[in-house]
Amino acid sequence: MENFSLILAVVVITALAFDFTNGFHDTANAMATTISTGAMKPKVAVAMSAVLNLVGAFLSIEVANTISKGLVDETGIRPEVIFAALVGAILWNLLTWLVGLPSSSSHALMGGLIGATIASAGTGAVHGDVLVTKVLIPAVAAPLVAGIAAMIAARLTYTIGKNAHDKATSKGYRAGQITSAGLVSLAHGTNDAQKTMGIITLALVAGGALAPDSDPPVWVILSAGLAIALGTYLGGWRIIRTMGKGLTDLQPQQGFAAQTSAATVILASSHLGFSLSTTHSVSGAVMGAGLGRKGGVVRWSTATRMFVAWGLTLPAAALVGAGAEWVTSFGSWGTALVAVFLVASSAAIWLASRREVVDHTNVNDTDEPAGVVTTAVAAVTPPPVGTLTDDLPATVPDHAPAETPAKPPATAL
Amino acid sequence: MHIDWAALGSVFGVSLVVTVALVGLFTLGILGLSKRETATASGTSAALATTAAYACFAACAAAVAYGIYLIVA
Repeated sequence: MENFSLILAVVVITALAFDFTNGFHDTANAMATTISTGAMKPKVAVAMSAVLNLVGAFLSIEVANTISKGLVDETGIRPEVIFAALVGAILWNLLTWLVGLPSSSSHALMGGLIGATIASAGTGAVHGDVLVTKVLIPAVAAPLVAGIAAMIAARLTYTIGKNAHDKATSKGYRAGQITSAGLVSLAHGTNDAQKTMGIITLALVAGGALAPDSDPPVWVILSAGLAIALGTYLGGWRIIRTMGKGLTDLQPQQGFAAQTSAATVILASSHLGFSLSTTHSVSGAVMGAGLGRKGGVVRWSTATRMFVAWGLTLPAAALVGAGAEWVTSFGSWGTALVAVFLVASSAAIWLASRREVVDHTNVNDTDEPAGVVTTAVAAVTPPPVGTLTDDLPATVPDHAPAETPAKPPATAL
Repeated sequence: MHIDWAALGSVFGVSLVVTVALVGLFTLGILGLSKRETATASGTSAALATTAAYACFAACAAAVAYGIYLIVA
């Protein structure tokens, strides 16, 4: 490790920062339904998810080198390219968190990588067909598969369980939800923490600090696991609120059906060779479960904003990644400029988030406890749509996420 | 471009069947426990319902264990 240069250190730190945003962005995937249905107290839920993410990070290192494999040409990739890719991914994660929308961290990372690679080596270095098979089709398929399964499962559990008594049901569904949420957390740790390990390893190899084809060193595994666990524990409460309360009103039966469907889809997809995004699966499952109850409603305005964010994730992260790579190509001062830009925009986004704080105390506050009246009210009054769909396309092309603080805080759901 | 429709199809099929089966089994288990509560309240025995409930939960637990095995392996 004698030639551990400054740029490598910067890449490693940025990768860990991405891992951290990945953790708090995806807490919602595992815990939104558990928190919104009251199966677990918010703080306890995120703590459990964090521990399971950390455990998951140590379970295997098989996925660690697959994030870039096939998607971009790795030969001749420079640490600066990876740095630029991470900048795009982090900013997109923070921006979607600010407006409280679940979006795929993997897509953000892939987008950043694609953009930075194109800026560095031209469009020829990106494999377009892999883009379609690994990104576009899964993005459409995941919510459909998980949604349909969750909808049928929710119908079934309401039908079978309609004569069951309250005490047995509340205890039972609670245990069921916690178990499936735990599985999702564990799977998330093995998948997503390893993506960061893969990125860091790729950078170390690219920078010459590690021999090609090496396994990730122990310190990489440890720091990646800790970063994702810390992010998970701090919790992306804005996204949890949208996923648990914003898309639909979940009862324990629905939460259980949704989380079980999501866990099954995630595990089945990664082991049958057609990887589906965790975020997309969980969002689809929540909506499916929402439709699976008689009189259940999905708030399509919120769902539409989420779909728009999904569509923008890859191009937006790619644009920022490409811009960042273009600036870093001017030399060390360019890289420093991008680093300053990243820190400044992150700080600006964080400051903007403080205008309307969402944390464990008010994560479930958007509605009164779910019930017949709430459902009826929700059906006639759509939640505030905010300005997201209008603002995002406008801010993205000139890739200046620093502008977002100027947006009205009304979008925070 | 090669799209692996077979893999996608099997993901869909397996997810659907497993999810519905697990949720169904689990609900049957809850129903069984609920029967036991009723029985205890009225002083009758509900051994069959209880046994069936635990069998359902055991099947779900096995599925979870298999899930963990898939994650670790």
